[in-house]
Amino acid sequence: MKPKLLDLIWLLLLAATAFTWWLGHTGALAVPRLSIVALVFGLAWLKGVGVILEFMELRHAPAAWRWALIGGLSFITLLIVLAYWLATP
Amino acid sequence: MAIACFIVSHPPPPDRPMHAAARPAPRLPGDVFIWYVILLEGATFCVLFGAFAFTRVRHLELFNAAQQQLDLSAGAINTALLLTASWCVARAVLAVRGGTRGTALGWLAAGMAGGAGFVGLKLKEYGDKFDQGIGLGQDNLFFDFYFILTGFHLLHVLAGLLALGLVAVGLLRQRRDALNGHALETAAAFWHLVDLLWLVLFPLVYVMR
Repeated sequence: MKPKLLDLIWLLLLAATAFTWWLGHTGALAVPRLSIVALVFGLAWLKGVGVILEFMELRHAPAAWRWALIGGLSFITLLIVLAYWLATP
Repeated sequence: MAIACFIVSHPPPPDRPMHAAARPAPRLPGDVFIWYVILLEGATFCVLFGAFAFTRVRHLELFNAAQQQLDLSAGAINTALLLTASWCVARAVLAVRGGTRGTALGWLAAGMAGGAGFVGLKLKEYGDKFDQGIGLGQDNLFFDFYFILTGFHLLHVLAGLLALGLVAVGLLRQRRDALNGHALETAAAFWHLVDLLWLVLFPLVYVMR
């Protein structure tokens, strides 16, 4: 892992967080739509994968460990989106 | 001998660069035990997150109304603090590998400051809620979940801070020319888990309405 790549990942993670905050702040999430739910949790998933691969350094780890964490994150993200879909009128 | 002769007489073709063969073997940073802990903690939080999301389906109005009382900006600042703390700790790992103890300790201190900032802001949030008369076990499912999820997560932040502090002391005791990053990698893996869990918790509890 090169320091500059690590710095870039950190900046992207901060930018994604700011975008999520902005979505919540502007009231864009007040109308429950599956596309918005998918966008917010898709972004959270992407951020999580960034942390898993680059901060946790699982990009260079045995594949089973890498996929165990990414698989777990994907599972809970899909489960949450399913629950929000069920709650959408 | 035959193999040696074969290698000498069959150098890699020019279109197959040497670095392809020299690619480092897969490696799990830190102690393998911490990765089992990470899987267990991750699974536990998955159960809690799933319980929150599906309880919300049956109590939609209550959850939406209660969620309006959370401070979205405080949640976002805490996300930024944890992400920054994680980045600092990842930089500390790189610094130890590069043999620069002073730099590593600086990154580690910055990471711990980020974690401490998270704890401070979270405690302030709890204080504000208590001042408003909101607490655990007050017949409000949303706030029960809020305090359990964030409280359990906060305990992990405190455990991570303790681990990073112990690692920093350990680094100070090591010889400058023979730094061992195993303990730091182990603590860092746990610290990144704390960050990862919050990345799901933040949109689930604070953002989505």
